[in-house]
Amino acid sequence: MSVTATIRIQQADFDVAQEIAALSKGRSDVGAVVSFSGICRGSEQGEPIAALTLEHYPEMAEAEISRHADEALARWPLQGLTIIHRFGRIAPGENIVLVVTASAHRQAAFEAAEFLMDYLKTNAPFWKREESARGTNWIEARDHDDAAAARWTKS
Amino acid sequence: MKLKYFAWVRERVGKAEETVEPPAEVRTVADLIGWLTARDDAYAYAFEKPTVIRAAIDHAHVKQDAAIIGAREIAFFPPMTGG
Repeated sequence: MSVTATIRIQQADFDVAQEIAALSKGRSDVGAVVSFSGICRGSEQGEPIAALTLEHYPEMAEAEISRHADEALARWPLQGLTIIHRFGRIAPGENIVLVVTASAHRQAAFEAAEFLMDYLKTNAPFWKREESARGTNWIEARDHDDAAAARWTKS
Repeated sequence: MKLKYFAWVRERVGKAEETVEPPAEVRTVADLIGWLTARDDAYAYAFEKPTVIRAAIDHAHVKQDAAIIGAREIAFFPPMTGG
């Protein structure tokens, strides 16, 4: 049976426990579920922030995340995959992104989740803007995120 | 073709999208950046460091040497900071 990824790009928050349960409840073929939650920090470069606002390119975000989900499903034996990415204004402590991978064994679930997060960071068309006492600023991309994504294309 | 701009590229250009008909000699994404830059100061400011700018044709990432012939939608944006 082929596995279809669940991909949601939404303004609303999500329930991590509910998303994990959706991939594992009542199933005897899933031996491992890995989840990664990205959460809004209360500071950026040591300075307190009031909120992040995420701008996105809706049609491309959908296409780009789908492509990477398909690649993950082709590379690892997954039984389930859920990716949720929020946009709009997000306050410190709130969820931003969720990747949940389900597999028979842990290694595939861990690796696929890490691969997807590394690619989401550098290739999914979302841009964070921080609000702080100094005003609003676009957050700059980090070189180490590019390096993290690049290691998945090495032979 | 439709052009879309995101994040600080959008702010600097001063609009989120527009429709343009570049001349035939504008063949690649880099050519298009050059053509837009020559139009007015807002584009020149947005594209002042062209190597920083990322582009997508019809919702897929492309390099700046990519041909734009047949493109319906071209987007310009800074490096992504999602996740």
